[in-house]
Amino acid sequence: MEELNLFVKSIFIDNMIFSYFLGMCSFLAVSKNVKTAFGLGLAVTFMLVVTMPINFLLDKYVLQPGALAWLSPALASVDLSFLGLIMFIAVIASATQLVEMAVEKFSPALYASLGIFLPLIAVNCAILGGALFMQQKDFPGALTATVYGAGSGIGWLLAIVGLAAIREKLAYSNVPRPLRGIGITFIITGLMGIAFMSFMGIKL
Amino acid sequence: MLSKKNKEALFNPLSKDNPVLVQILGICSTLAVTASMEPAIVMGISVIAVMALSNVIISFIRKSIPTTIRIIVQLVVVAALVIIVQQFLIAFDYDVSKQLSVFIGLIITNCILMGRLEAFALNNRPWPSFLDGIGNGLGYTIILVIVAAVRELFGSGTLMGFQVIPQWCYDHGYENNGLMILPPMALITVACIIWVHRARNPELMEN
Repeated sequence: MEELNLFVKSIFIDNMIFSYFLGMCSFLAVSKNVKTAFGLGLAVTFMLVVTMPINFLLDKYVLQPGALAWLSPALASVDLSFLGLIMFIAVIASATQLVEMAVEKFSPALYASLGIFLPLIAVNCAILGGALFMQQKDFPGALTATVYGAGSGIGWLLAIVGLAAIREKLAYSNVPRPLRGIGITFIITGLMGIAFMSFMGIKL
Repeated sequence: MLSKKNKEALFNPLSKDNPVLVQILGICSTLAVTASMEPAIVMGISVIAVMALSNVIISFIRKSIPTTIRIIVQLVVVAALVIIVQQFLIAFDYDVSKQLSVFIGLIITNCILMGRLEAFALNNRPWPSFLDGIGNGLGYTIILVIVAAVRELFGSGTLMGFQVIPQWCYDHGYENNGLMILPPMALITVACIIWVHRARNPELMEN
């Protein structure tokens, strides 16, 4: 039940895009049509689900103050938490590389549709942001962390597909010239954010 | 020291080639830390520092980085610098570092950094790279401060924490606009800045 609550909360209320603005660069750049937007959304969700438990275990058993005590009691006073950032980004970069190779080998069709986006994900702030929020929220176990990863990923996917759908229709409207392109996209995202705020306070 | 090319590297990013308004890079943090001025300024200064230093370091070692692993090398250099900034902030300005929460860490994935390292520092000597880093950092900071000033003024009636809107306005029924502090208004504020900026620079408009 706790997990389900967290899942819904991370999709709608703590939406990565609308309440934290994470992964904005690719959100704005790749939302011109629904199909590619959906592909990128899937890739981001996938990477969040894969890297979140790894980073969680890394944080719990290596990085936190005194986390190395399971190796030997002498290490109980070691605090490696300042290495957090560099470890997380290393995990994300290498996982991206691994996933890219695996997808290429086992599912060439999926690879062809995601191809260019996969390597870009290493620097998508939604993934690193997910890891940092995970560290801040102090989850009880790896499963909860994975659920959080899946929820944030799906929230991101919903947001980018929604924006892409609106932008496809926008081609037919007469927007003031200086606002065309990126300006109006910002305003739409803002309005979508206000709409998403109506989910605030919902609890399962 | 400041030849024509170097001047361009330093001053172009302030308006004509602004990283936020024109290149659309580094949006995440622009939006997230701008509910009030103080964190926005701290964030801006941190980005300027990381950007200038990482540009210089990458530019120094640009000839010995194999192209296949350059992204990882760049990430490691940036991550190391960001950790230094983060520890520095925790030590000297704990409250602001709490307010900025994960966004200092997210400087690593700030696309301005990767973009400038790829586009400039890998092909240029250290001194121009340093100027380019400072210029782009400043261009980013300017936008951050403008957005933060608008949001703080209308959202809480203060600037840098000092009351700006006088009490008699409130007595006559003026209210702070709570919506301005909420995240979505940051997007709309940036959109208005883009609108004004493009209206004044018609060559930047899209069709």
